[in-house]
Amino acid sequence: MTGRWMMAIAGMVLAAFLVAPDRFAPLFQPLTRNGAPAIYQQTSILSLTLSHLGIVTVAVLASTVAGLVLAILVTRRSGREFLPLARTVTAVGQTLPPVAVLALAVPVMGFGTGPTLVALFLYGMLPVFENALAGLTGQSPQVAEAARGMGLTPVQRLWQIDLPLALPLLLAGMRLTAVISLGTATIGSTVAARTLGEVIIAGLLSANTAFVVQGGLVVGILAVLIHHGFQALERRARLRTGLD
Amino acid sequence: MPRIQPPAVLFALTGLAGLALPLVQLRPNRIVPGEGIALAGLPGGAAITIVMAVVLLAACLPRWTADLRLGVAIAGLLAVLLLLGMAATHLQQSGNALARVSPAVGFWLLLLAFGLMAADAVGRLRLSLTWRWAMLAGAVGIAAAILVSGILDGVSVMREYASRSDLFAREARAHLTLALGSLGLALLAGIPLGIAVYQSPRWRGPVLSVLNIVQTVPSLALFGIMIPVLGWVAATVPGAGAAGVSGIGAFPALTALFLYALLPVVSNTLAGLTGVPVAIRDAAVGLGMTRAQVLGQVLMPLALPVLLAAVRIVMVQNIGLAVIAGLIGGGGFGTFVFQGLNQTAMDLVLLGALPTVALALVAGIALDLLVQGTRRPAP
Repeated sequence: MTGRWMMAIAGMVLAAFLVAPDRFAPLFQPLTRNGAPAIYQQTSILSLTLSHLGIVTVAVLASTVAGLVLAILVTRRSGREFLPLARTVTAVGQTLPPVAVLALAVPVMGFGTGPTLVALFLYGMLPVFENALAGLTGQSPQVAEAARGMGLTPVQRLWQIDLPLALPLLLAGMRLTAVISLGTATIGSTVAARTLGEVIIAGLLSANTAFVVQGGLVVGILAVLIHHGFQALERRARLRTGLD
Repeated sequence: MPRIQPPAVLFALTGLAGLALPLVQLRPNRIVPGEGIALAGLPGGAAITIVMAVVLLAACLPRWTADLRLGVAIAGLLAVLLLLGMAATHLQQSGNALARVSPAVGFWLLLLAFGLMAADAVGRLRLSLTWRWAMLAGAVGIAAAILVSGILDGVSVMREYASRSDLFAREARAHLTLALGSLGLALLAGIPLGIAVYQSPRWRGPVLSVLNIVQTVPSLALFGIMIPVLGWVAATVPGAGAAGVSGIGAFPALTALFLYALLPVVSNTLAGLTGVPVAIRDAAVGLGMTRAQVLGQVLMPLALPVLLAAVRIVMVQNIGLAVIAGLIGGGGFGTFVFQGLNQTAMDLVLLGALPTVALALVAGIALDLLVQGTRRPAP
C-alpha cells in the first residue's frame, strides 16, 4: 500500500514539475555555479518529455505486435521448424548492448528519430518475443487436453485459451521492453532524437549539475512509474486467469 | 519425408538479397557519403556471386545434414570477410589515399545469412559442452587470426584503428576495468548482502525494492547523477578524496555500474540459497555442523549455479553499459562511439561499437557454457 502512495506522490511531483518547471528553480539553484540557469530553457521540458514518451510508446507497441506475431507463428505447426533458430537468435540478440545497437543503426539510417526508433523496436522485440513464447508454450498439458475436448478449433484455442493465459508473461515482457527503451531513448539524443537525454547531455557539456539532475529525475521517475504500472497490470491479468 | 527446409529458404533469401545489394561503400574521404558497389561489380565478383547463390540455394535441399550446413556456413562467413578485405584493398589501389571503403548493407546481410545458418545448425547438432567450448575458442581464434593477418587492413574501421592503435588498447583496458571491476565490487558487496537478507527475511522486501528502483533508473541519468554526488562526497567527506573517490574520470562510471550490478547479485544469491531443499539443510544441521559451516560447505556450493547466472547477467549488462562511460569522460569503447557520433565519422562509431558487441557476445556465450557446466549432475 505504501508503494502505491509513493507512486502517486512521485507522479504528482513530476506532473507539477512538467507543468511549471520554473517554480522549482529555487530547488535546483544550489546545484548551479556562476549564475547558470537552474532550469533547462532551450526547449520546454514538457515537450521533450512528450516526445520521449511518444518515441518509447511507438517502439514498444511496434515491438509488442511484431514479437507476439512471431511468437504465435513459431508455435504453430507450420512454423515449428523456426523455433530452435528463433530461440538462438533471441538469446544472442539479448546479449547485444542496446547502446551498441543504437550506434550501429546510425551508419545505416543516419541521424534523427528514425534510427532511435528502429534500434528500440528491434531490441525491444526480444523480451516480448521471449516472454510470449514462454507464455504460449508453458501451459499445462491438461489445458491443451481440455481445449481439444471442448472441440475448439486452433484459432478459437489461440484467442480464448492460449493468449489470455500468456497475457501476464506478455505484459512482463512489455515492461522490460518499456524500461529498456526509456533508458536507451535517453541516449538517443546523442544521435539527434528529441528526448530528455538532451537535458542531461546539456548539463554534462556545460558542467551544470542542475540540468543533469532534473533530466535524470524526470526519466528516473517515469521509469519507476511505468515499471510499477505494468506490474499492477500483470497482477490483475494473473488474477483474471486464476493463476494466483 | 524429404521436403525443403523452411529456415534454409529464409537464409537463402537473405543471402541473395545481400548478393544483389552493395557489398561495400566507396567514399572520397571519411565523412562524406559515397557510392555502393555490389560484389558482381568487382573484378571476378560475378563468378563468386553465382557460386555463392548456388550454394545458398543448394542448402535448401532436404538431403543436407546439419554438420554439412555448419561447414558451409563457416566457409561462407570466412568467404564474406575475405571478400570484404579484398574489395577494400582493390578499390584503394585504384583510388586516392583518403578514399574509404566500408562494409555496406550487402556485407551485413551476407554475414547475417551465414551467421543464422551456423546458429541453426549448431542448435540442431546438440553438441556436447566440450565441443561447444572448442567451437567458441575456434571462432575467437579465427577472428583474431583474420584481424592480425592484415587481410582487412584496407577496410575503413581498421584504418581508424591503425591511426589510433595505442588509444584503442588503452580504451579497451579501461572498458574491461569498468566492466570487470564493477562486477568484482558487486560480488564483494552483493554476496554478503544476499546472505544477510537470506538470514533475516524482514529486510528482503526493502533491500530488493531499493535495488529494483536503482535498476529501473536509466543509465545516462544514473551516470550523470553520480558525477555531482561523488564530487560532493570527495569534497566534504574527509579522506574520501584521498581514497580515490572523485566526481570526474572513471570513478562515477564504476559506481553506477556497481549499483546496476547489485540487484542481480543479491537477488540470485538469495534465490540460490532459498532454492536449496530444506531436507539438505536439516541434514547438515543434524550432522552437527555450525551455522557458518552449513553456509560455507553446503548452501553456497549448491547455490553456485544460480550465482554464476548472476555473474553472466552482470557481465553482459556491464560490458554494454560501460559504453555510456564514454559520454561522461570515463573512458572505454564508448569514447570512440560518441566521438564518432559527434564528428559524423561512422567508421569511428563502428570502431567503438563492434568490439563492444563482440566482447558481450563472447562473454555471454562463455558464461552460459560455464553455467551449464556447473549445472550438470555430479557423477
